[in-house]
Amino acid sequence: MVAALGLFLVSSAQSVFAQHEEHAAGAATEEKFNPGEAILHHIADAHEWHFFSLKNADGTEFHGTIPLPVILYSPQRGFSTFMSSAFHHGTEAHNGYKLEHGKVVAVDEAGTPDETVKVYDFSMTKNVVQMLIALIVLVWLLTAMAKKYKTGQGVTSAPKGMQNAIEPVITFVRDDVAKPNLGPKYQKFLPYLLTIFFFILINNIFGLLPGAANVTGNIAFTAMLGIISFFVILFNTNGHYWQHIFWFPGVPLPVKLLMMPVELLGVFTKPFALIIRLFANMTAGHIIILSFVSLIFIFTEMSKTAGVLFTPVSIAFAVFIYLIEILVAFIQAYIFTNLTAVFIGGAIGDHHYEEDIVTHH
Amino acid sequence: MELLTPNLGYFVWALVAFIVVFLILKKFAWKPIIKSLNEREQNIAGAIASAEKVKAEMAQLQNENEALLAKAREERAQLLKEARETKDKIVNEAKEQAKAEASKIIADAQQAINAQKMAALTDVKNEVGKMVIEVSEKVLKQQLAGQDKQEEYINSLVHSIKLN
Repeated sequence: MVAALGLFLVSSAQSVFAQHEEHAAGAATEEKFNPGEAILHHIADAHEWHFFSLKNADGTEFHGTIPLPVILYSPQRGFSTFMSSAFHHGTEAHNGYKLEHGKVVAVDEAGTPDETVKVYDFSMTKNVVQMLIALIVLVWLLTAMAKKYKTGQGVTSAPKGMQNAIEPVITFVRDDVAKPNLGPKYQKFLPYLLTIFFFILINNIFGLLPGAANVTGNIAFTAMLGIISFFVILFNTNGHYWQHIFWFPGVPLPVKLLMMPVELLGVFTKPFALIIRLFANMTAGHIIILSFVSLIFIFTEMSKTAGVLFTPVSIAFAVFIYLIEILVAFIQAYIFTNLTAVFIGGAIGDHHYEEDIVTHH
Repeated sequence: MELLTPNLGYFVWALVAFIVVFLILKKFAWKPIIKSLNEREQNIAGAIASAEKVKAEMAQLQNENEALLAKAREERAQLLKEARETKDKIVNEAKEQAKAEASKIIADAQQAINAQKMAALTDVKNEVGKMVIEVSEKVLKQQLAGQDKQEEYINSLVHSIKLN
C-alpha cells in the first residue's frame, strides 16, 4: 500500500513537474515559479477540482478540472446556482458573479467588482465534495459493520474482515479515551467521541490521497468541530466546574481573584486549542510535502540539471513526510478525541476528580 | 491570511454533515456495535467465570473422590481384619465345642460301659449263684438220698458246730 501511495505521489508530482516545465519553457515573460503561492493554492479550498493544466500549441491553456456546483446567496440578488465551469477558471463573469483569486465576488454590468453587494458563498467546493464522499464511505463502512453484528457475527462468533480492522479502534476509543476520562458516565458521550474520531480520521486519510483536497487542514472544518466540542463541554458542566472558574477553592483570596479571568479564558482557549492544533498539524504536513516538491521547480528554474538531480532527493523526502502524515492522520484524530474527552471529563468531573486536581496543584 | 479566515459556506456544510453523520452513526452504527461488543465481552467473561467454577468444582469432586477412596480402603482393611477375627473365633469355638462334645460322649460311653459291665457282672453273679444252687441242690439230692446219709451229714454238721 505504501509503495502504491508513493507511486501516486511521484506520478502526481511529475505531472506538476511537467506542467511547470511548460511554464518555464513557455516564455521568458511568464511569471517565475512562486512556491508560496503554489503551496497555498494547493492547500486552499477551490470551486473546481483542479488536477493539471497544459499549454496548447496556440498558447491557450487546457485545465484538467472537475467543475463543482456554485451556490450563492446575496441579500440583494437572492439565490443563484450554477456549475463552476461557467466561470471559465476565473476568466469570465457569470450571472453577475466573478471568481477573483479563488473568491466569488459580485460584479456589475461592466465586469468590475461591486463592493455594495454582499455575497454568501455556500458552494459545494472541493473540500465539501470530498468531505461528503469521505463521509458516505464512512457511514457505509460502519453501518455495514453494524449489520454484521446484528446477524450475530462478532457476538457469538469471532469477528471477521472489516470488523477486525475497525473494532480495535472502537474499543480503543471506549477503553482508553472515554472510560479513563469520563468515568462511569462514559456511555453518554461515547457515540459523540467515536463520531469525532472517525469523522476526523476518515477526512484526514482522504485528504492524504493524491489530488485530494486538504479537508481537515482548513480552519472552517476544525472550527466547526471545536465549536461543537465547546458546546458539548458547556452543556455538561456542573457546579464544581463553575466553582473552579469563578472561585478557585483552596487558594488565598488574591489568587482567587487572579484565577478568575485566567480560568474564564481557559473555557474558550481549550476548544480554540483543539481548532488550531488540528488545523496546523494537517496543514503543516501538506505544506512540507508540497515544499519538497516545490524544491524541484526551484532547482529547475536555476538549472535543468540541478532540477533533475534533485528530483529523487526531493521525492524521497516527500515520501518520508507522507508516511509520517499517515501516522499524523491517526494521531491527530486521537488527540482531538482524547482532549475533548478530557475537557468533558473536567466539566462533568465529580468531587473525586476535583480533589485530584487540587492535590496536583 | 486567507488561510486563517474560516469560510462560512464550508463551515455550514461541515456542520450539517457532522450533525447528519453523528445522528446516522449514533442510531445505525454505534448503538448496535457497542451493544454487540458489550454482549460479547459479557459472554466471554461469563464463559471464563463458569469455566473457573467448573474447574473448582472438578477439583473439589476429585478431592472428595480421593477421600472416599481412602475411606473405602480403610473400611476394606477393617472388614478384612474383622472377618479374620471372626473366622478365628468361630474356628476356636467350634474346636472347643467339639472337644467338649467329644469328652461328654466319651464320659457317657464310659458310664454306659460301666453300667453294662455292672449289669453283666450282676447277671453273671446271679447266673453263677443259681447254677451253684442248682449244682448244690443236685449234689445234695445225691448225697442226702438215704436216711442214714442224712443223719450222717447232720451229725457232721453238728460236729462242725462247736458250741463254745
